[in-house]
Amino acid sequence: MFLDSHTHMVSRTTDDYERMAAAGVVACIEPAFWLGQPRTNVGSYIDYLSLICGFERFRAGQFGLRHYCTVGLNPKEANNEELAEAVLAILPRYALKEGVVAIGELGYDEQTALEDKYFRAQLELAKELALPVMIHTPHRDKRQGTLRSMAVALEHKLDPSFVVIDHNNEETVREVLDRGFWAAFSIYPFTKMGNERMVEIVRSYGAERIFCDSACDWGVSDPLAVPKTAELMRRGGISEAAIEKVTYRNPLAAYGKSGQIKEDDWLNPPPIDQRTLYMGNSVLRGGQTPKVGIAPEAGSTALGDLKIV
Amino acid sequence: MTPPKRTPQELLASWVVARSSSAAADWFLGQLEGLKTSPSDKDIYLALGYATRKLGKGDLDLKPEERAAAAAARPHWDPSDWSIDQAARLAFVLAGQTRDGAAFKARLETLFNTADVWELIAFYRGLPLYPNAAQHVARAREGTRSAMQPIFEAVAHRNPFPMEQFDENAWNHMVLKALFIGSKLAPIQGLDERANPRLMRMLCDYAHERWAAQRPVAAELWRCVGPHADAAAIDDLARVLGTGETLQRQAAALALSAARHPDAERHLRGVPDLSEAVRAQKVTWTDIARG
Repeated sequence: MFLDSHTHMVSRTTDDYERMAAAGVVACIEPAFWLGQPRTNVGSYIDYLSLICGFERFRAGQFGLRHYCTVGLNPKEANNEELAEAVLAILPRYALKEGVVAIGELGYDEQTALEDKYFRAQLELAKELALPVMIHTPHRDKRQGTLRSMAVALEHKLDPSFVVIDHNNEETVREVLDRGFWAAFSIYPFTKMGNERMVEIVRSYGAERIFCDSACDWGVSDPLAVPKTAELMRRGGISEAAIEKVTYRNPLAAYGKSGQIKEDDWLNPPPIDQRTLYMGNSVLRGGQTPKVGIAPEAGSTALGDLKIV
Repeated sequence: MTPPKRTPQELLASWVVARSSSAAADWFLGQLEGLKTSPSDKDIYLALGYATRKLGKGDLDLKPEERAAAAAARPHWDPSDWSIDQAARLAFVLAGQTRDGAAFKARLETLFNTADVWELIAFYRGLPLYPNAAQHVARAREGTRSAMQPIFEAVAHRNPFPMEQFDENAWNHMVLKALFIGSKLAPIQGLDERANPRLMRMLCDYAHERWAAQRPVAAELWRCVGPHADAAAIDDLARVLGTGETLQRQAAALALSAARHPDAERHLRGVPDLSEAVRAQKVTWTDIARG
């Protein structure tokens, strides 16, 4: 079983859901982010947050995946002050929705004053509601941005065990772990981590508080990144216990602090959810049989080329 | 002795309290009181958000006398398959009904617009309890347009709102959509009372579409065809009676027995066993829905 803790499924097809389920991904988390272009008003934010707490959650369930999300104002759009103020005002409506496992993605993009202001405001909201935080570390000036994100989180008295630092690399992981935060790695071609590098990270740093995700979205990315990385780790001689932590247990422990995601959700779903939100068949048209994601034996799935570079 | 009649809101609160620990019940009643006196937006969002966390999502599982009280408080109200958190959430929503109609409606729309799936189910199930029913028709129709089957069913199933408020076109599309998405017809209230010739035609056309594509036709479809069947529909029923599987043939016989068209009787005479089963109520639409 795998938990992909960073997926933008609104950009993915039903084929992706089917392949993820077949490869053993039982649950995914959809962090609120931008759309590839900036939103122009709070209304489109409301509809987006409703979508990831609503139809996308339902859609995933039809393919046997449990779907969770995080809600928050991302750092790019924090630079539009009028939008940012309006989004901060509506966030409390969403923060306690079912399946919301964190406030995120938060953090810095260009480390502007406005980014800083809304990052801090949302850290306070997370603290008030005892929710975990997902921090997106910047693409540019990554090391400094990562250090600053952690310093600000600590300044606001957040418990590091409630904070996931995502999109790490070899240059950031040590400091993240040393400070007690969760270190997540997005296995994403070209701009983030490759999965052979991920195997080496686990070999060097072990599996405590480390996990990987796909960050699959509208760009060139791979929704099978987590199962592929697991297989690559297996072939690289990483222990099964470590693989399980990095691809399943650790993200579950981190986001489980919200109380909104637990193993029983997919292992023993309540009957009402089977009838309504999970494994029904209304996305499947005209008599197709619902595909129920039963995790295959290790190595039995054709994952294709395993490497993501 | 007849107990004094209570409002739906009082009943909801009493059901929640009876099924909660004393700490959870205290929380619930505290929130409810707060919402009555100081109806700030943030308070209701947090109360609604915490409802599942504090009270759980267990079945309400009403006792017979509680169901009777529901029907007495609001005719045709059927909360038999509601959950505890749904009852609590609707009690919170209704706590704001002392405001004037427009303010209640405006807040309800905001709640709908930012609801998660489980909240949507609760809010749509609450339709028969909201003041000024006619104001909520557009919202109810929005629910029946949903791509999420449980949302659709929150409006369509065990809910008196559509039969009371939907015009013929809205009603007909709800019934057709139920079949289209593989939902049952039997839990729709008023199914027989609101059958009409236009719906009969839509359903027969839909059956022909399915036959042309060699796809199965739900046996329940014929329930809304029978009472208004015209000659062409009688032919369709005769076809099902002659060629269908057992369930289909039973449905066709039931539909023909409800038909006023003079040819219906002739077709029924051709299947004396089935006709007798229908007459003796050994086969009912409830059985057909069960499959």
